[in-house]
Amino acid sequence: MKNLLLRLSGRFFLQLLKMLALLLAVSIIAFALISASPIDPVQQYILNLGTAVSPEQRAEIAEYWEQDTPPLTRYLSWLSHLLRGDLGESSLYRRPVAEIIGERFWNSISLMLCAWLFAGLIGFSLGCLMAMNEGKWADRFLKRLCYVLSALPSFWLGLVLLLLFSVWLPIFPIGFSGPIGMLSENISFWQRLHHLFLPALTLSLLSFGNVALHTREKLIDVLHSDYVLFARARAAGKWKILQRHGLRNILLPALTLQFSSFAELFGGSVLAETVFSFPGLGSAVAAAGLNSDVPLLLGISLFSALFVSVGNMIAELLYGLVDPRIREAAR
Amino acid sequence: MKMNHRKLLLFCFAGSLLLLLVICLLGLLIPESAVSGSFLEARQAPSWEHPFGTDAMGRDLFLRTLKGLSTSMMVGLAASLISAFIALLVGVATVLPSRLLDSCIRWIIDLFMSIPHTVLIILISFSLGRGLKGLLVGIAATHWCSLARLVRAEVLQLRNQHYVAVSRRLGKSGSWILRHHLLPHLAPHFLVGMVLLFPHAILHEASVSFLGFGMPPEQPAIGMILSESLQYISAGMWWSALFPGLLLVLIVLLFDRLGENLRKQLDPYSAQE
Amino acid sequence: MKKIERAEESAFPARREGTVPLLEIMDLSISFRMYGEGLAQRVLEPISNLYLRVYPGEILALIGSSGSGKSLLAAGILGILPPNACQKGRLLYKGKDLNPERQAALRGREIALLPQSVSYLDPLMRVGAQVDGYRKPFPREKRRSIWKRFGLPMQTEKMYPYQLSGGMSRRVLLSTALLSEAELLIADEPTPGMSLEQSLEALRTLRQEADKGKAIILITHDIDLAASFADWMAFLYAGVTVELAPARDFREGTQALRHPYSQALWRALPQNGFQPIPGFQPYAGEEIPGCRFADRCPYQTELCRAALPPIRSLRGGEVRCYHGT
Repeated sequence: MKNLLLRLSGRFFLQLLKMLALLLAVSIIAFALISASPIDPVQQYILNLGTAVSPEQRAEIAEYWEQDTPPLTRYLSWLSHLLRGDLGESSLYRRPVAEIIGERFWNSISLMLCAWLFAGLIGFSLGCLMAMNEGKWADRFLKRLCYVLSALPSFWLGLVLLLLFSVWLPIFPIGFSGPIGMLSENISFWQRLHHLFLPALTLSLLSFGNVALHTREKLIDVLHSDYVLFARARAAGKWKILQRHGLRNILLPALTLQFSSFAELFGGSVLAETVFSFPGLGSAVAAAGLNSDVPLLLGISLFSALFVSVGNMIAELLYGLVDPRIREAAR
Repeated sequence: MKMNHRKLLLFCFAGSLLLLLVICLLGLLIPESAVSGSFLEARQAPSWEHPFGTDAMGRDLFLRTLKGLSTSMMVGLAASLISAFIALLVGVATVLPSRLLDSCIRWIIDLFMSIPHTVLIILISFSLGRGLKGLLVGIAATHWCSLARLVRAEVLQLRNQHYVAVSRRLGKSGSWILRHHLLPHLAPHFLVGMVLLFPHAILHEASVSFLGFGMPPEQPAIGMILSESLQYISAGMWWSALFPGLLLVLIVLLFDRLGENLRKQLDPYSAQE
Repeated sequence: MKKIERAEESAFPARREGTVPLLEIMDLSISFRMYGEGLAQRVLEPISNLYLRVYPGEILALIGSSGSGKSLLAAGILGILPPNACQKGRLLYKGKDLNPERQAALRGREIALLPQSVSYLDPLMRVGAQVDGYRKPFPREKRRSIWKRFGLPMQTEKMYPYQLSGGMSRRVLLSTALLSEAELLIADEPTPGMSLEQSLEALRTLRQEADKGKAIILITHDIDLAASFADWMAFLYAGVTVELAPARDFREGTQALRHPYSQALWRALPQNGFQPIPGFQPYAGEEIPGCRFADRCPYQTELCRAALPPIRSLRGGEVRCYHGT
């Protein structure tokens, strides 16, 4: 057992190192891409100010952006600020980027967590149901439904849900994370949930089909295996087989997949949040890109890569736990 | 004679290509004047004259949707061709017996997979000053990874096959093996992968232009039309959100199903279903 | 060269007049619908006109080269064929029709499968729990006593299938069959990949079980071993039963055998001259109106190619050939 822990922590540190290297590379790429842009951040900053600027002020701003220093120096200075927790100031919101990310992250994470859980749980169960009824009409119908769902553009799905449940049947609000004009500390849990429902549903329907189809495929592989054939020869019933062989063989791989889907989740949240004007990281990154808010764009890009990498790392670690061949070898 | 699965598939494939061609041509042939509406006809619900209704500026939505779809499809096609080419290069580079190169490729794929694609497209689009070029490069740069992984897996599997090892022992050169053993085997997988990339690329094009990156506002892109419709949705203009999206979904679904069915035919086990 | 000692003659005087066979299969065919080359859809029939009988207390060896659909037969008897398979023909168990309901009631209880390899065990589940089966209360004590008899160490319970050695996994699999007290045991290729000693031990165990009154269908392509341990042999050619013969006939040689294919099999054994049969076994999808062996048969006539010969009794055995004497 001690050996296992040792091995796991060894794997953990290896993954951690890999993740840090990856994040460093992401930061370099993101910085290089933004430096190469023909869009002038100073000009955009001034545009965002919305007021006239004197030449002196302009020079001051240009100096703040270190326009005249070479990109490498600028990158190193940005990185050293980053390591001290300073991500710069957003030109769009006029607040420190770290503060914006910290605040919006909680909105985004509640949205993504709801969607992730919903898609994972329902998708997994539905996948099992389909595999158990392979080839029957229920399977064929649900399979088609899942194909359609996984091919739907999430933003259009969001639009349709808005049309159905906010415009025609006004059950859910049109957008935002709480009633307009209300201070965030006064918004109740139920009001939050009420505003969260449609965006979370949109986001979960995006990955729901894929989860279900993937589960179905994996379970069908198991059900066609020699050991299930033998179980059937030994008079094990359908549900007994699912319980004793099916879940055992597909649950952890499904969980692993679920953790490695953070990239799609975040990507989807950009669209879902934009449709529902939901104040999360996704809508912020789109706004930052459109309004040339360089510090915010860089900050959220890096943060999204961190988010995805953490998911991938958990997936990698889980993967080591799945197989007794790996687990027992550690003893 | 009974129409079986494969004949049907062949028929669908030809039909889809024809549809692709027709929509692209229509988009090019519809004149600008046809979509420059008048305010007298603004915000009309669907009718025989305007099957998809008109938008807030009185433009016919059906024609705009067709034109937008044609743009989206052409961007999608170009992007998926470019990313398929990258994927092929990266995948085939796996043949080279260099371990260093191999781990480099793996690392780069990991790197691209670790940034959410939408965010990466936004970054690339920003880097290239938005517009069509940014959109195209962004979509191409984010779509090659999955296909490259597939090609890599196939190559790795083939490399360990006995007949390849025998050829190598017989003194055949690397390029001979590539041409005679690998490429003929990879070609169908690659083509199917490319067909499957296409609907994804269209979808991403639509999503990113929905966010406001991509085409200039006067160019009708399908994402742009839907993004405009978002502003009028509470005003009850349901048709401007519903129909253009529905047409997009149909196209995406058509090519997605087509690619999946082609893929199934490659896999002899599931082809028997 | 292999030299195999014959186990003592069966204690059960099976096949007395008037005894009902435990399992009787008549004209069984199992087919699948497939896509062939190009756009054509075709039917694949790995088993057709299969015919066999097995009595309590005897081992029936089912002989056929690979591709003759032997393993499908086990699934067919147990009623666990894949859903795209189509099964025709008659199965009688204890003289009564073996329909799907009866199959479901009997499998794992009266009819047990002895699978060929460790891949028939769930790789992620500990061995002990798997052998105990699916019905509570789990027969743990009984399983332990069987394991003790087999000399399986008790810590095997906590192992995963991949940790078992070849000999251990065979004993583990056999213990699943014995735990059920089945009357009919279908052993699907129990010996490939084993050393001669291990194979002999495996078959000796099966022989003991048969001598206690079980009926055993031994699916195999190891003809030598089968001839030494079985009571009866059924020869399959391209999924069709061509001959049913007492095993002693095969030990005697070609003059005692009835079908040109089983005779050719005898001559192909190393100790009997090592003469290969020219030609190839037809592919399961080929539609052949007459005898499937005709192409390779020295006695073939127009009649052989026109119609499949019926199965008929001959010298205490049965044969599907117009010319067999």
